[in-house]
Amino acid sequence: MIGLTHYLMLSSILFSLGVLGVLLRRNLLIIFMSIELMLNSVNLAWVSIANFSNRLDGQIFVFFVITVAAAEAAVGLALIISIFRLKPTTHIDELNQLKG
Amino acid sequence: MALEVILFWICSVTSVVAALFVILHRNPILSALALLASLFAVAGLFITLQAPFLAAIQILIYAGAVMVLFIFVIMLLNLQKDPERFAPQGVPVTLRFALGLWVFIGLSIPILWTAFTWAMPPTPGAYSVSHLAELLFDQYLLPFELTSFLLLVAMVGGVVLAKKS
Repeated sequence: MIGLTHYLMLSSILFSLGVLGVLLRRNLLIIFMSIELMLNSVNLAWVSIANFSNRLDGQIFVFFVITVAAAEAAVGLALIISIFRLKPTTHIDELNQLKG
Repeated sequence: MALEVILFWICSVTSVVAALFVILHRNPILSALALLASLFAVAGLFITLQAPFLAAIQILIYAGAVMVLFIFVIMLLNLQKDPERFAPQGVPVTLRFALGLWVFIGLSIPILWTAFTWAMPPTPGAYSVSHLAELLFDQYLLPFELTSFLLLVAMVGGVVLAKKS
């Protein structure tokens, strides 16, 4: 029988993988994808708690998280493009200057 | 009931393996495709959690719009394989692994300790999108309107940032 604990554990595994991606990788786009992974795992936690507590409020919050993630992706990728125009790299250790 | 259990395990294993692919593969395009697979698997989990509308939204917005944006940017920047997977300089890799493991332990211990006695699976078939709409357009109307404003700001910001000066 699959309970709430299963879903929350899966959510925490996915969240930790996202954290690990941000910590380990030095490619700006991969770090960005890891952030999406973390947002997605939080969505999973919201929906599972909403389902097991018989309330729909959690699902409404997932709508907002998805919207914020879409906005964040649009702005973040625009930032990556403008950084790349300034200095053609996506390796964050090479982007260490305050002045371009 | 048994079908739900099978679907849960298939989707959860797929999402975790795909997430590992995302953070370990050196080719950004394959990472993006693995992230797509992970998002699809989570959409399948939403179906087992009786949220079919959210599963559709997940596929449409995340897998449709956001991932297209990602792949478009990767192709626009013409990214190649990373020369090395993890940067050797700075904080050592083992310490970073330990930090990630610490986050996992810190998240999982409270979950495993809690009994969740209130957690009751709802009666199947009670779900209806109209309940969701009533909640969204009644109790959460103000956040909904603010979301539209956020999207407008993000759109203007994206255009301004990516524009050639």
